Amino acid sequence: MAHIKFHSVTKRFGNNTALDALSIDVADGEFFVLLGPTGAGKTTALRLIAGLDAPDSGSIEIGGEDVRDRTAAERDVALVFQYYSLYPRYTVRQNLEFPLRSRTRDFTQTEIDQRVDQASKTLRITHLMDRKTDRLSGGEMQRVSIGRAIVREPRAFLMDEPLSNLDAKLREALRSELKELQIRLKATFIFVTHDQVEAMSMGDKVAVLNKGKLVQVGTPWEIYNRPRDLFVAGFVGSPSMNMLVGSVSGSQCSLFDGAQKLLLPAKTAGASVTVGIRAEDVEVGPNGPVEAVIHDVENHGMEKIITLRVADTLLKATVSSKMQTIVDAKVKFGVDPQKAHFFDAASGMNLSA
Amino acid sequence: MAEIILKDIEKFFGPAYVIRKLNLTIKHREFVVLLGPSGCGKTTTLRAIAGLEEIDRGEILIDGKQVQSLEAGDRDIAFVFQLFALYPHLTAYDNIAFPLRAMSESKDSIDKKVRAVARSLQIEHLLAKRPSSLAGGDMQRVAIGRALVRRPKAMLMDEPMGALDAKLREEMRTELKRLHLENEATTVYVTHDQVEAMSMADRIAIMNDGILQQVGTPDEVYHSPANLFVAQFVGSPVMNIAPVTIKSDGKSMQVSLYDDASAFEFPSEIAAQIAASPAGVGDLTLGIRPEGVLLSREARDGYVPSHVHLIEPLGAYDIVDLKFGVSILRARTKSGFASKAGEKVWARLDPAQTHLFNTKSGDSLHIRLGDGAH
Repeated sequence: MAHIKFHSVTKRFGNNTALDALSIDVADGEFFVLLGPTGAGKTTALRLIAGLDAPDSGSIEIGGEDVRDRTAAERDVALVFQYYSLYPRYTVRQNLEFPLRSRTRDFTQTEIDQRVDQASKTLRITHLMDRKTDRLSGGEMQRVSIGRAIVREPRAFLMDEPLSNLDAKLREALRSELKELQIRLKATFIFVTHDQVEAMSMGDKVAVLNKGKLVQVGTPWEIYNRPRDLFVAGFVGSPSMNMLVGSVSGSQCSLFDGAQKLLLPAKTAGASVTVGIRAEDVEVGPNGPVEAVIHDVENHGMEKIITLRVADTLLKATVSSKMQTIVDAKVKFGVDPQKAHFFDAASGMNLSA
Repeated sequence: MAEIILKDIEKFFGPAYVIRKLNLTIKHREFVVLLGPSGCGKTTTLRAIAGLEEIDRGEILIDGKQVQSLEAGDRDIAFVFQLFALYPHLTAYDNIAFPLRAMSESKDSIDKKVRAVARSLQIEHLLAKRPSSLAGGDMQRVAIGRALVRRPKAMLMDEPMGALDAKLREEMRTELKRLHLENEATTVYVTHDQVEAMSMADRIAIMNDGILQQVGTPDEVYHSPANLFVAQFVGSPVMNIAPVTIKSDGKSMQVSLYDDASAFEFPSEIAAQIAASPAGVGDLTLGIRPEGVLLSREARDGYVPSHVHLIEPLGAYDIVDLKFGVSILRARTKSGFASKAGEKVWARLDPAQTHLFNTKSGDSLHIRLGDGAH
């Protein structure tokens, strides 16, 4: 069982608090993503689980047991890094066998063969087994690195941005492969990334970290549709959520000099409000209440993302690629009131949460 | 005015043939993106235009004048690199003013020009700062300011946003485009990022292995890719491709992926078009973007049953993977359309969004039914 738990874990490096009282709970067999910008503490969290660093306070449990006194080897978790750490002069087979030949393990050659065969089939690298690893492409090398983790049959896989050195096409393909692998192995995956698309598309749960603190944990649907604060709202989703200054009067919030009126959620009287609207929730059409000028048009294939300018405010809208859009032309638009997010401008917290 | 013409350009690095007979005309005021994977020759091409790299054969014409023997400094072209390349000991102001001082302009005239450029880049408040105290995006704005201040005839940019984070890149895209509209300088922009290319370019020139694959507007390269390379390099998620077996009985045409048993139905007129196409001889590969794979939750005429293999929620929409034999087809659906893996769904391939390629050469048969997405 590889249920992994952080109890208020803090880790400092000199004056820098890399993790600040982090508590998370990763269920057995879950694909759990740690998402955040550089410096958020994601990699630190992973290294603490692996036993490569020790927390300054708080505790970490793996499978119900406090691992404080367990060495990295005893924790039985496997790390896969961004940079493939393979032995270049060894063949793929030798690289896969290597972790099983360690003196602390007592595997017979038959057992080793079995595990290596199984892993190579799973990762579709059987045709590469006799090749030296310096003759492989980036995607193949990363598959072999993952293979080295699989043969150990660890309690959990810890992955530190394993896709970030691959090109876009390969990254997409490996995204599906990794997710499929995790489902097939029924293994616990903790996956670190700064890429929100990876987090959304692969995670059962996503934990968003910023500056060493946990901001929100939830399913991809929850963090996209119910962002806890302005940070999550702005970090998740592409293009970034539009953030507009609302003027509040009673239970009403108006945008663009009163042209668009929205009803505020209860209990927000007197607050100064930031209104968040995703590009796909801005409806461009002749019946919209707000008038704007098209500031920019981006072609994204099946759709366009246009930037609208209202006085000095810019906001993005997703429209069909069939819509005629001319830069500097006038258009009308409105905001779907059901889809607007309201945040306290001072604290950044979501007012509906 | 700056029209740039590349004629039969060839370049070798030792035995490596890095640009192969490249022909490209970049029109006055146009924003052209050179797009391709690393090592495709795009940066070498850009450096050749700038005069930072000599070419082995061919001609480069700027406004009708051969420039291949001119020094970089005499070509009236500005270059912006991926890494900011600012003078660390000078303020933002002095960095921007630097090229003007080199041309010994008057102090007043320099001041006017620096401030005008700073205003359009919205960095007026940063002019007194040194590069080390600026954020990445602002450093790149200063670098762009330095390039623009001379009002060059042409701007060449080599992955100028490569070092910026995703959110900043999105903002800078819009800024750069607006700037281009105001400055009207002919711009050649190099990137490996197809989103950047699609969203900024008037026309995209796609390169691979030193060979120009296709030149066209974003719409053209997206909707009518010339070959399999372009088809799979442009667009995200990547276009689905699979070798196909085609059977036609005159009334309709059945297309199976690899040797999968289920067959997708197509209008029979495609069979005649395949027969008429020069690339239609031999094995064929089908290509379809995820938005061309139409799904239904109920059995429908012309739809083939399948199961949801994986769901990738992306917020605004989902990508649903279906399996047909060994092939995976990815479909773009509304958010929440499929609820879990294993669910039964029915799929159809929209003929108007289906592309056929010659498997061996990779060339498109250029068969399109209806007007596609347009």
